[in-house]
Amino acid sequence: MSVRRLHPEQPESFAFNAENAEWAQKVIKRYPEGKQMSAVIPLLMRAQEQDGWITKPCIETIADMLGMAYIRVLEVATFYTQFQLAPVGKKAHVQVCGTTPCMLRGAEEILKICKNRIAHHAHELSSDGDFSWEEVECAGGCVNAPMVTIGKDTYEDLTVETFNAVLDGFAAGNPPKPGPQNGRQFAAAEGGETTLLDPSLYDGSVIGKYRAFDREEPKPEDAKPA
Amino acid sequence: MAKLIVDGVEIDVAPEATLLQACEQAGAEVPRFCFHERLSVAGNCRMCLVEVKGGPPKPTASCAMNVRDLRPGPNGEPPVVLTKSPMVKKAREGVMEFLLINHPLDCPICDQGGECDLQDQAIAYGVSGSRFQENKRAVEDKYLGPLVKTSMTRCIHCTRCVRFTTEVAGVTDMGLISRGEDAEITTYLEKALSSELQGNVIDLCPVGALTSKPYAYHARPWELTKTESIDVMDALGSAIRVDSRGREVMRVLPRLNEEVNEEWISDKTRFIWDGLRTQRLDRPYVRENGRLRAATWAEAFGAIKAKLGSTTAAKIGAIGGDLASVEELYALKGLMAALGSSNLDARQDGTKLHPKFGRASYTFNPGIAGIEQADAILIVGSDPRHEAAVLNARIRKSWRQSGGKLPIFVIGQPLDLTYPYTYLGAGAETLANLEASVADKLNAAQKPLVIVGQGPLLRHDGEAVLSLAAKVAVEIGAVKDGWNGFAVLHTAASRVGGLDVGFVPGQGGLDVAGMIDASAKGNLDLLFLLGADEFGAQHLGEKTFVVYIGSHGDTGAHRADVILPGAAYTEKSGTYVNTEGRVQMTNRAVFAPGEAREDWAVLRALSDVLGKKLPFDSLTQLRAKLYAELPHLAALDTAPVNDAEAVAKLASVGGAARSEPFDLAVGDFYLTNPIARASKIMAECSALAASMHEAAAE
Repeated sequence: MSVRRLHPEQPESFAFNAENAEWAQKVIKRYPEGKQMSAVIPLLMRAQEQDGWITKPCIETIADMLGMAYIRVLEVATFYTQFQLAPVGKKAHVQVCGTTPCMLRGAEEILKICKNRIAHHAHELSSDGDFSWEEVECAGGCVNAPMVTIGKDTYEDLTVETFNAVLDGFAAGNPPKPGPQNGRQFAAAEGGETTLLDPSLYDGSVIGKYRAFDREEPKPEDAKPA
Repeated sequence: MAKLIVDGVEIDVAPEATLLQACEQAGAEVPRFCFHERLSVAGNCRMCLVEVKGGPPKPTASCAMNVRDLRPGPNGEPPVVLTKSPMVKKAREGVMEFLLINHPLDCPICDQGGECDLQDQAIAYGVSGSRFQENKRAVEDKYLGPLVKTSMTRCIHCTRCVRFTTEVAGVTDMGLISRGEDAEITTYLEKALSSELQGNVIDLCPVGALTSKPYAYHARPWELTKTESIDVMDALGSAIRVDSRGREVMRVLPRLNEEVNEEWISDKTRFIWDGLRTQRLDRPYVRENGRLRAATWAEAFGAIKAKLGSTTAAKIGAIGGDLASVEELYALKGLMAALGSSNLDARQDGTKLHPKFGRASYTFNPGIAGIEQADAILIVGSDPRHEAAVLNARIRKSWRQSGGKLPIFVIGQPLDLTYPYTYLGAGAETLANLEASVADKLNAAQKPLVIVGQGPLLRHDGEAVLSLAAKVAVEIGAVKDGWNGFAVLHTAASRVGGLDVGFVPGQGGLDVAGMIDASAKGNLDLLFLLGADEFGAQHLGEKTFVVYIGSHGDTGAHRADVILPGAAYTEKSGTYVNTEGRVQMTNRAVFAPGEAREDWAVLRALSDVLGKKLPFDSLTQLRAKLYAELPHLAALDTAPVNDAEAVAKLASVGGAARSEPFDLAVGDFYLTNPIARASKIMAECSALAASMHEAAAE
């Protein structure tokens, strides 16, 4: 993490598109009278989904919508690192998980590719403006480490080759299917299952057995001392 | 009440009290940075950790834990709090070590040095060395305007400044952006602070992150002489401490006075001191051939005596200024009486308040602290934010304590008062015909408060407006046993004192407007100005011989034919009566410059030369006479309860109030008196406020 400031170059204005504006009004109505500022995070997130990043006019527009002081919205936008304060790649903003499990499983290789293929520093646009990247803390896919998040999708079980392929796919406008990139099903064990192999577990014959065991009451003679 | 044992002392405390308050009650000292009695609880510095038995088994932040949240012991013993146990000491040392990790070791060049909470507490809880091997963080300094200097690397993120500006001052300028190691205190895109109370963040800051910009690197606290005094920048009479070195006032700080200013002061009060050094009148001057030349006291007095010889009593006048103390006004009144003139007026702004109705007709009767009891407020023709910034903070406090339910109505100009209010209208017609819904709310209130500003009282129909306001106050039940909610908000420190000593036109005498009129027609030969600069000296006729007694070369002195140098409020002991009618006394912090003397002594010396020797030779004798005549002035630091009959009497005066909108009494907050106009800092603030106002209008 580094000092987060608004980007030096800012657009002139910000406005929600028609669909988002309607959605925003709906969200604001969720909160009781006088508590409208609770909607600041959803609105900022939606604005980021719309424009890719949080701009100064965006902060001011949302503050005016919610009757908040500008500084209060700025506080929120700078507090949460999920809010991008600099422009992001048009095609993809790659969030590489760099926390311990991913790091042990090769996140550093992934970061190296980002530095070589996208831009040398995080939050910098690639020369064509299509890509940007950053290193984030645990994105919750440790079983499938290493992984990256692009937009709302995760690409897991990456290797140098598959990650390059993911980037190629985004560059070509044809991103690969999200999820594990090594053919594995979700977070299922690699190379097939190793436990709970007994077929009787699945034919219904054990239903109720454990439950009856739980409910078994102590017999009277057990309670008496011998 | 709940029982609690603090360090072995059993005490009874209110269950809603915090552990910190309970510890203080038991006499235990608890260190703190973020906690402040008048701000909300943040609980983020962790310095106030205590050990609690009957609570969680870890050190507890005592500022954020309530007594009622503690459990009694297994046999019903009261909960035990330890503030000096080894666990507490170790915990606080840990906190201190963390705070010092990123705090620079720049105490020798820090303005807070010597009065720094962190410094003091590091003596008590700090360790001699740091175990921190990494780089310390550094933070960019922020621009917060011309008054508050920042050194943000020193900031420990207690957020007192953020809470003060938001809660007390009512401006949402400051905030804490980013988080963790990168957290920074700033305003939105480094906009200058827009509050009239912003200087208080300097006092609140427990470290040297926010310091006074004008005072930067000027002095060290231990080389300053501290004099407790009273402020005269507005009519509140805030308690201040004047810090001086040698002959110069170095800074002004607030003192605690729960009844008046709590512990806040306005920026004008705090940063006025550079005006005490510039534009000073340090020797007498006499006008010769149209030019003022430095003269001796004897020459100056001689010139006045010569003029006096060629005029009659009816053509002599005197005007008392906004900063004059009661003693001076009393002395000048005595001199005028001896000269046989009844043309005297201490109301240079032309306010129609008059002592003839009784004292309650011109004071802030419920008292400033009484604002907190009021359950409905009607503000008539006033802008309390600029006329009395600290009083406005009190109204805001009251509004906050009511949970935003306190009904506040405004008649006059719709300004940003830092709290929401219902705007009723602009002028006297609105006041005369209150809407039924508004009248109902005011009638329903147990302790309604009617604040009357000076704006409408300055007009020719001021008395009618005042009477109308009194009538409304009586009608809504603001004047009854145990509560007098009729409150006149003054703008000048000397005004109530002037009215108290009866410095108003005598039988057949002229008031300020009358004197200006007479002067323009050539019917006023000699005019004494006791620090009067704002009455319109430019309208005086050429034939009038003007004697200016005062401290600063302002409009009055520019017009004067003889200048007698007087002392400013930090250079004399003078009585001032604040808007509540509270009698307070300033103390001399430094001596007046050059040949300047205390104004009462100047008047006494002049009276001798004029052959009308005033009957006192010392300030003590003057006061003895004054107190014999007006005993209530002897009761210092109290606000006598005035006979509420005066309000009813005032209400019955009646008169036709014009329908024009009410004007405001204070145009430019930062430039209301000669000292402020001599101050470079105030000029800078005024220019900034004007540009902010323009930007807001766009």
